[in-house]
Amino acid sequence: MNRTYLIVKYLFLLAWSTFVVFPFLWALSTSFKDANAVTSGARYIPWLEFEPSTQGWKSLFTSGSQGINIVTPFLNSATVTLTASAISLVLGTLAAYGLSRYQFRAGFVKNSDITFFFISQRIMPPIVLAIPFFLMLREIGALDTILGLVIVYIALLLPIAVWVMIDFFGSIPKELDEMAMIDGCTPAGAFLRVILPNSLAGLVVAGMFCLIFGWNDFFFAFTLTFTKTQLLPVAIVSLNSSVTPWWSLSAFALISVTPLALVAILVERFMSRGSLSGAIR
Amino acid sequence: MLQPKHFFLLPALLTLLAIIIFPLLFTVRVSFSSWDVYQAGLDYIGARNYLRVFQDTRFWESLLRLSVMSAISVSLQYTLGFALALAVWKQTKGGRLFRVLFLVPMMTTPVVMSVIWRTMFHESLGPVNDLLSVFGIAPVPWLSSAAGAFASVIIVEVWQWTPFMFLLLLAGLVSLPREPYLAAAIDGAGPWRTFWQVTFPLMAPISIGALVIRLIEASKIMDTVYVLTSGGPGTATETPSYYIYIRGLRDFQVGYSAALSITYLVLMIVSLTIISKLLMRFLIGKDS
Repeated sequence: MNRTYLIVKYLFLLAWSTFVVFPFLWALSTSFKDANAVTSGARYIPWLEFEPSTQGWKSLFTSGSQGINIVTPFLNSATVTLTASAISLVLGTLAAYGLSRYQFRAGFVKNSDITFFFISQRIMPPIVLAIPFFLMLREIGALDTILGLVIVYIALLLPIAVWVMIDFFGSIPKELDEMAMIDGCTPAGAFLRVILPNSLAGLVVAGMFCLIFGWNDFFFAFTLTFTKTQLLPVAIVSLNSSVTPWWSLSAFALISVTPLALVAILVERFMSRGSLSGAIR
Repeated sequence: MLQPKHFFLLPALLTLLAIIIFPLLFTVRVSFSSWDVYQAGLDYIGARNYLRVFQDTRFWESLLRLSVMSAISVSLQYTLGFALALAVWKQTKGGRLFRVLFLVPMMTTPVVMSVIWRTMFHESLGPVNDLLSVFGIAPVPWLSSAAGAFASVIIVEVWQWTPFMFLLLLAGLVSLPREPYLAAAIDGAGPWRTFWQVTFPLMAPISIGALVIRLIEASKIMDTVYVLTSGGPGTATETPSYYIYIRGLRDFQVGYSAALSITYLVLMIVSLTIISKLLMRFLIGKDS
């Protein structure tokens, strides 16, 4: 490793870090601005370049016409994402285990076809299903409700859970199950008592992917809800298209990306322990 | 009949079939009807909608635009993600900090960050043009010119999804075997040659996986476009998803948008299959 290489490498890492961090810093700075500070051109550093104000943050917790209520959309998003992720993770893990340990056959359909069916759902553009989902939810009276979104999000997240877990179970030797069953476990017992405890890393990764895709979805939340059940991404977009000031928008954005930014730290924990390389792929 | 193994698979399979298959079949059926805002309901008009899709230049242009857009943004993501993964792979000061930092954009909600990016690209009040002016570059009409808007969408996509490439490629690098490197070192290969003759070929399978996954996701792009440019100016950044959204959920031409959706879905499946086959031949040098 010569000197020029090291200099280039650290310059590159530094440049990319700046690029990554900049939008967050800009949002943070903007969230403390007032009308004056925004309309006088780009300003960055509070106190030095502009007088900070907390009205952006305050407006998020004020209800009524003056404020923007962030609490309800936040709770809605959390409920939908957590419920759908939990259900998908349970169903997906079971299915992935079944597919990795048993042979299924129905006519010409084999294991690999079933696996492909699950994973191929990721190719489906959301727009293809938007209108039928809309009509279907209206039919069962679940339009604009938490329940309706949970149903749709399961379809979105289940393939991800299956995809991660099938790979993970593939890396756990089958002898483990066989030994458990020789010891008198039922198939369900072997799965619950032997395999699951050894799959924690895979479950964490699958769970995280579910949380990410659930929390970040905009399209279905946007087309299948109106005013009663608003999720965070939809709430911020509707603010964006009205005359909402930049400072409220920025504060809103920061609050809605924080939960998953914390998840990023967890992912790195697992990655540094090397368990991610086995669980992902 | 029902064995224990079925209790593992069936709940998930039936759930997914129930949620996905009926809507999909319904879309196929609707695509043969003239369902629109004046006439709601399922009649049968044959393949008329599909003939109209065939002549709809706005749709084909959006497909071409999507291809160019995803080709540029995914190759940028791959190159940058690979470079970043290589940079933090071997012992690097602050390596852990960089790794956490680099993952963050992937975790953020695309539409939420697009709202922030929109303020950043603002022509007179945003920081992007302000910083460019430091280098003596005249203000760029980011969101109001065709080329600017196109570039903005790509910049945001690269910001958001390079972390995904970084994550997969770093996971791949970490699990590479040691022996080929020893052999290369004995041969006296420099870092440049080692990369092209050892690292890159060994990383080919995971590279293909990462590229294909990203292309699949990129082919669905709509959120970022909706918030950042609304497909504009004009139709300069309109993607197929966004165009179908306008036809179906704004103009309420349900039948026609269903035909567009099915055409789009089939084209995506076919082209992504071909692309992954080509990638395999190109990067591994053999079929499947």
